[in-house]
Amino acid sequence: MKFAVIVFPGSNCDVDMYHAIADELREDVEYVWHDVESLDEFDAILLPGGFSYGDYLRSGAIARFSNVMKAIKKAADEGKPILGVCNGFQILLEAGLLPGAMRRNHTLTFICRPVKLRVENNETMFTSQYERGEIITIPIAHGEGNYYCDEHTLQQLIANNQIVFRYEGENPNGSLQNIAGIVNEKGNVLGMMPHPERAVHDLLGGADGLKMFQSIVTYWRDAHVVTT
Amino acid sequence: MSLLLEPSPTIIKEQKLYREMGLTDEEFAMVERILGRLPNYTETGIFSVMWSEHCSYKNSKPVLKKFPTEGKHVLQGPGEGAGIVDIGDGLAVAFKIESHNHPSAIEPYQGAATGVGGIIRDVFSMGARPIALLNSLRFGELTSPRVKYLFERVVAGIAGYGNCVGIPTVGGEVQFDAAYEGNPLVNAMCVGVIRHEDIQKGIAAGVGNTVMYVGAKTGRDGIHGATFASEELTEQSEQKRPAVQVGDPFMEKLLLEACLEVIHSDALIGMQDMGAAGLTSSSAEMASKAGSGIELNLDLVPQRETGMTPYEMMLSESQERMLLVVQKGREQEIIDVFAKYGLEAKAIGRVTNDQMLRLYHRGEVVAEIPVDALAKDAPVYHKPSQEPAYYREFQTIEYVPTINDYEETLLALLSQPTIASKEWVYEQYDYMVRTNTVVAPGSDAAVLRIRGTNKALAMTTDCNSRYVYLDPVIGGKIAIAEAARNIVCSGAQPLAVTDCLNFGNPEKPEIFWQLEKAVEGMSEACRMLETPVISGNVSLYNETNGEAIYPTPIVGMVGVVEDINHITTQSFKQPGDFIYVIGEAKREFGGSELQKWLTGRIFGKAPTIDLHVEAERQQQLLTAIRAGVVASAHDISEGGLAIALAESLMSTNGLGAYVTIDGDVVAELFSETQSRFIVSVKKEHRQAFEQLVQAICIGEVTNDEMLHVVNGDTSIIHVPVETMRNVWKGAIPCLLKSKD
Repeated sequence: MKFAVIVFPGSNCDVDMYHAIADELREDVEYVWHDVESLDEFDAILLPGGFSYGDYLRSGAIARFSNVMKAIKKAADEGKPILGVCNGFQILLEAGLLPGAMRRNHTLTFICRPVKLRVENNETMFTSQYERGEIITIPIAHGEGNYYCDEHTLQQLIANNQIVFRYEGENPNGSLQNIAGIVNEKGNVLGMMPHPERAVHDLLGGADGLKMFQSIVTYWRDAHVVTT
Repeated sequence: MSLLLEPSPTIIKEQKLYREMGLTDEEFAMVERILGRLPNYTETGIFSVMWSEHCSYKNSKPVLKKFPTEGKHVLQGPGEGAGIVDIGDGLAVAFKIESHNHPSAIEPYQGAATGVGGIIRDVFSMGARPIALLNSLRFGELTSPRVKYLFERVVAGIAGYGNCVGIPTVGGEVQFDAAYEGNPLVNAMCVGVIRHEDIQKGIAAGVGNTVMYVGAKTGRDGIHGATFASEELTEQSEQKRPAVQVGDPFMEKLLLEACLEVIHSDALIGMQDMGAAGLTSSSAEMASKAGSGIELNLDLVPQRETGMTPYEMMLSESQERMLLVVQKGREQEIIDVFAKYGLEAKAIGRVTNDQMLRLYHRGEVVAEIPVDALAKDAPVYHKPSQEPAYYREFQTIEYVPTINDYEETLLALLSQPTIASKEWVYEQYDYMVRTNTVVAPGSDAAVLRIRGTNKALAMTTDCNSRYVYLDPVIGGKIAIAEAARNIVCSGAQPLAVTDCLNFGNPEKPEIFWQLEKAVEGMSEACRMLETPVISGNVSLYNETNGEAIYPTPIVGMVGVVEDINHITTQSFKQPGDFIYVIGEAKREFGGSELQKWLTGRIFGKAPTIDLHVEAERQQQLLTAIRAGVVASAHDISEGGLAIALAESLMSTNGLGAYVTIDGDVVAELFSETQSRFIVSVKKEHRQAFEQLVQAICIGEVTNDEMLHVVNGDTSIIHVPVETMRNVWKGAIPCLLKSKD
């Protein structure tokens, strides 16, 4: 299986995402510069955190115009797993691949700390290795993670079981309904503020994020055992 | 200002306009002698910034010479962007600390942000990949709205810049004291990792080679920043706001990646950050170091604004700019690398053999100055030094506090902002990005693994300026020793030091005495602990309306952990572990947290320190850690043993401690006697530990979530860890919210 880590100017968690896949998951992974036209050779697309184009405007608002976004939309239509973390989530929102928008944290400050998450939906290609209701610890590091959407969208998210992660206990950023991560209706595009790629090794404080990447690999293997 | 409106050389001399730029009458006469004529406006500006204390170290150079700068690990000592130390496996660590005090006093967000940006460039200009940022901050008491504003905005500025560039801010320290009310200190440190063969230097070698400009365009910001940094702050300083630069961390990120790619091209000869005094200092220093000259055509300098004069371009401190010297004919290779990141690399001049800095503008020579006169031959002053009256008076004072309620005292000290948890600060910093942070902020030192090896780096910043104020020799020794203690407690061997000497106005003999004596003490400790000074920065004139700050020589130290299994933290690990104290407490309360809390002042004698004892204890502890018989280690510093015990419990879950103390209870609990540690040891390691380390067992880790201290048959402290934690964590957020 081959992963792409998309690198926008200003991405800075690209290295973390790359090493999570290469060193811990031991799968193929490549950095892909923001100006490529095609992602056809990749099986899963990872949009890392950072400050694309400095994020001086709304986070992700410039990155969504990058060349690579067309290829990302195509991959999404094809049903490939697409994971956006932190700035990657913000870009997916700005690009319309996921519903809703981000506001500044209610504290008005950047927050970096490990937080507890509840796995609300373990029936996605990203979460099959978790138990439903499992409480996991994953770090957050963002200034704009206060997720918001209108009431109609929220009802849809709930009805379709699209809310994948909620903050457990204290909500660090004021997000609607404690939302920490959502998938699209089809279930192949996941956006989340917490950083699973930072939680893949006990030396660095925990490995609760590893199961997310393992879920993606499991999904892909299952899909390909049938066809090959 | 158009060229036509610039004052003529004669007017500059007659109306003594050079004084406004910071040159003295004698210095102006020197300039006239060097040039053999009167300098024009641009040249006067260039001399004034290059001869400012900030760029030339003219007042501190004789003192700085005392520092030991050599050692078996040192690959690059002071004089380049950053110092470099070997850590084995073909790898080295590059680091430096620098001040941005004056800009931060006027415009805290941008002042702090650009301080971070500048130190990052210093490190990657050496070819090193920045892996961590640290900082050292000083503010007035957290009671006035102005201090709260400065504190909040400085932290936001550091966060805003470091988080965006994607370098984790992993450690630092913050202290609060009225001495810093009008003149906060913002010192930023950057640590980078480099392969030996990638080490770059800022040299302009090879006659005919091309000088290239990369990064942000030059604007009118930060003009005379270096001069502003070399004078006292006054009520008029607010007008100096234009001397503060504006940061663009996104540009820095692009520049960083492009520069680290370009170092692999052998077309690159030299690279230097355009920091203080911008284009002037980078070009003059690069030429001076190589024994060459430089010619620049200022018409080619990328400019953000129209109609900029040579004076403005040369003195601008616009951020995120680098100067490169490139082999003639291979410019396109360099241009291509930068183009990938959307950056322009532009040829603006060439290296010459006449040791002159020559500037062309619109076809005319607008400045022509010998480069050495600007760099290594800048004036040096030996300032008079005098022991201050306060020091003599303090030597006669024996301060002995009395305490009625030990538990109340402990809780009160835990809520002092200097001791209280800095979580409010470090949670605003991304301390994990790049996923190497093994020990996050909050322990003695931050520890980062080095990917692809079994090693790690420990790093810390430290300085108890109260001790330096009471006795600069002793305080200087303690600053080094305490930083080394932090490194050792984390399981690392201390390697080297970077220092940031923050002092008042050196033209006052009492201030110069503080500087001279502190460096003397630091140098002695550096020699004893084998930690040479490999880089640093001097920030003088830290005074507001004539009042100097405490002398504050911040020490940044880096150590190497030979095996990641040696990494140790200050937190107790499991019930039943024995708690040991290394070193006896004496009745030393001068400059202590207890004295400050009880009297509101700092006075008397600094705690004593014996560097032989210090070195021996550090080596014993490190040996024991490496032998795997130490569960936790923490140095005993501000607030004494009681605070160190509390801190060892703060990040634990379900643990407590039961401790027995004898003798002078106040000294045992709260004295800040030096060279002491608190260590926990598993039961089965007791014997092995005691064979390696001279220490006294004072109790054990429990599972009742209480700190219980007993003296004889009397329980003198019996407090839930939860209560201590609430006080300790709540103190700073609570002060920031209070309206008083």
